[in-house]
Amino acid sequence: MTSRLLLALPYFTVVVLIVLGLAVMLSKRNVVKILMGLSLMESAVNLFLVATGYRHDSVAPIFTNVPAGPMALPTVQALTLTSIVIGVATSAMMLSFAMVIYKKYGTTDIQKIKKLKG
Amino acid sequence: MRNVLFSAILLLFFGGLLYLAADLPFGDPLRTDMDDYFIRNAQAQTGANNVVTSIVFDFRGFDTLGEATVLFTAVLGVGMMFRKLKEGEEYEND
Amino acid sequence: MKMTKIVRTTADLFFPFCLVFGLYVVVHGHLTPGGGFQGGAVMATGTALLLVARAYDDVTGRIRKGAMKVCEAAGLLIFLCAGFSGLFAGRPFMANWLAPDGALFRTSIAHGPNAGDLNTAGLLPLLNVGVGIEVLGGLTVILLYMLSGIKEEKKK
Repeated sequence: MTSRLLLALPYFTVVVLIVLGLAVMLSKRNVVKILMGLSLMESAVNLFLVATGYRHDSVAPIFTNVPAGPMALPTVQALTLTSIVIGVATSAMMLSFAMVIYKKYGTTDIQKIKKLKG
Repeated sequence: MRNVLFSAILLLFFGGLLYLAADLPFGDPLRTDMDDYFIRNAQAQTGANNVVTSIVFDFRGFDTLGEATVLFTAVLGVGMMFRKLKEGEEYEND
Repeated sequence: MKMTKIVRTTADLFFPFCLVFGLYVVVHGHLTPGGGFQGGAVMATGTALLLVARAYDDVTGRIRKGAMKVCEAAGLLIFLCAGFSGLFAGRPFMANWLAPDGALFRTSIAHGPNAGDLNTAGLLPLLNVGVGIEVLGGLTVILLYMLSGIKEEKKK
């Protein structure tokens, strides 16, 4: 059992990161802290994508002066690149929203922002 | 009481995910046909040594165009939010 | 807010190296790890370094918001033009028509490890440069906008 745990260590890291991010998002009231939790979950998903494409003893799929051997899967790495850039764009957008909320209401506590309640 | 319930649900979620993750094969992907095709043919078809770049900009170029547009739109949105308010204009306040 | 003189001098020293390293990553995107997005992010990091070390007005004198906006739009335009150039060559949209029979970047390479030649990969270096310019402009504009929002807050 321990050898299997060690073998799939990246996936367990992903699980821990996702649960931590979810806990932060559900328990904190500060908008900025909620965004931190969201970013944590985002990195967990990126790590999961990259870990999916790993082969044992493989090298990165780049042919410049590379040693012979199997190569890691390139498609998931390309998708992760896309995901990271879009994550940066959405994070910038959400942080600006947080700043505007603070400017208008004077607080970032989601319990005190009455107007945004559904 | 609420905290205990919250922690219990979170632990249950953690256990379920851990159970699912234990069955995933690490270091031995199941289907690799498409990636093997890319690794074998990327150099001949695009001339790029970096297979990841050849996928991002050539095989999935349309995807990257959308990605660049998303970044552009995000910058537009941020600029709209931080624009200078006109004389006497306030954030909507009713 | 201003940091001490040591920090400011170090940031000034490192700023050009940041730009050069980012440019290297962008231009060698089809040979080494990296590419347009990563290189653009490295170049924008140089701006972030200056913003941390110096006052906002100090930085905007050197890096203009308008110029960075132009950079961003120009990068996306280069990308689109490179994409549409495939149509004029009689190939589909975004086709890599330079690789087999274009004028530039046309050297073809066989399958397998090699030392790497900058004059390869057809349209990819152009797309890399376009995206690199766009990411540099976009991230820098986001940084400057967010910092201007903080400054306004302080004045009240």
